[in-house]
Amino acid sequence: MASYPAGFKYTKDHEWVELSGDRGKVGITDYAQQQLGDVVYVELPDVGATLKQGQSFGTIESVKAVSELYAPVSGQVVEVNTSLKEKPEVVNADPHSNWMIVVKLTNPGEAGALLDAAQYQDLIK
Amino acid sequence: MEQATEAPLKKTPLNARHRASGAKMVPFCGWDMPVEYSGIVAEHMAVRTRAGVFDVSHMGQIEIAGKDALAAVQRLSCNDAAKLAVGQAQYSGLLTPQGTFIDDLLVYRLAPAHFLLVVNASHIRHDYEWIAEQIKPAGDAVAVDASSRYALIAVQGPAALEVAQPLTGVELGALKYYWFAHGEVASVRATISRTGYTGEDGFEIFVPPQSADRVWQALLESGRAADVIPCGLGARDTLRLEAAMRLHGNDIDETRSALEADLGWIVGWKKDDFIGAAALRDQKANGVKQKIVGFEMVDRGIARQGYPASIDGRNVGVVTSGTQTPYLKKAIGMAYLPIAHTAVGTEFDVNIRGRSARARVVPMPFYKRAR
Repeated sequence: MASYPAGFKYTKDHEWVELSGDRGKVGITDYAQQQLGDVVYVELPDVGATLKQGQSFGTIESVKAVSELYAPVSGQVVEVNTSLKEKPEVVNADPHSNWMIVVKLTNPGEAGALLDAAQYQDLIK
Repeated sequence: MEQATEAPLKKTPLNARHRASGAKMVPFCGWDMPVEYSGIVAEHMAVRTRAGVFDVSHMGQIEIAGKDALAAVQRLSCNDAAKLAVGQAQYSGLLTPQGTFIDDLLVYRLAPAHFLLVVNASHIRHDYEWIAEQIKPAGDAVAVDASSRYALIAVQGPAALEVAQPLTGVELGALKYYWFAHGEVASVRATISRTGYTGEDGFEIFVPPQSADRVWQALLESGRAADVIPCGLGARDTLRLEAAMRLHGNDIDETRSALEADLGWIVGWKKDDFIGAAALRDQKANGVKQKIVGFEMVDRGIARQGYPASIDGRNVGVVTSGTQTPYLKKAIGMAYLPIAHTAVGTEFDVNIRGRSARARVVPMPFYKRAR
């Protein structure tokens, strides 16, 4: 069983966000990577892109299928994990450490609507 | 990631085993099937380097028997079944009068006037109805949908022979490719066929459904030392694509003829009339407008089924299969293109979700095992 960090917030679309001040680090959950299977491509936005909560910010592609990535919070992309371009498989190996983007939040209040670790684990039961 | 739920899914005799073993199950053509056990890449590599075991009991079996069975099969199936000795099998198509694919299948000659047709899971009923209708005027021949009488287990990979041999008295090494024998596997009555859908050496083993679990477990146990693993439909798809084997519903269907699919080698050109013969002979004489090609991506990305293919910005074709192959570690696929653009080396563009990515026509198969 993977553990779902208590410090993260989660979406129903299986992304996580780790909030720290006005920044949010975003990735996908262990459940998501299990469902996807072997990840072969991660397409991410450029630094500077503006995201709205719930909006697609990229795609993740496994051998089997393509899935959209959805922004857990609104804001501007300030960092992109470009190493995923060369080594997308690390998302399978350690999804809760291998973040995809860092967002500078424009509406921190939105995070209240996200799930906590217990609620998320109920969702995927 | 949502799955539509409709009619209750059918279960193979190994369903409980898959679920108990923690396989990821998905609906496939009306069946509740394992898509992966340990992951598509791990399973794919196991089959290329050691061996894997697959439950393919969802496949259909239609038997045709009677004094005129050969004539019936010759009319229904495009390959030349008269070339089959008893104990031999061939790949073939069940074609429309237009020469397009109702289904593709394997034809086994069980006895001089008794044939077994192994068809795709999603088409069993449709194939059976078509066959039953078409053989009415054939004289003394009857078709039976025998699918429920067979479980089908495939063991595929370079180690398949050493894994299966200890379980049977049949001398498997003497069985040639596309031949089969009757015997016992793990003390279960079985028909063992040296065939498969992975591009590797291997066997497909027909057993009574009630004994499927015994044979499944025996194969895995026998393969334990060689690290043989159970595999799902995900790896089956990537393996068959590397081997450039067509998938009905993707690469061939009722809109694609045997010649467009570059499967002229399964057409019995010298035999008498068969369904689709006139259309195919016409295409052979006059040429086809489109043809299937194998391709590799030049740009990053995976071209998947249904993505448009274009040349000089003009939409001219379509991708029918595509994946990132675990063994060759390339994005490959098959597509239909206008005949003028099918030469090896030709470049074309695939529209990957709004982005144009370059692809290049390459020879098929993408992967060929060393013999």
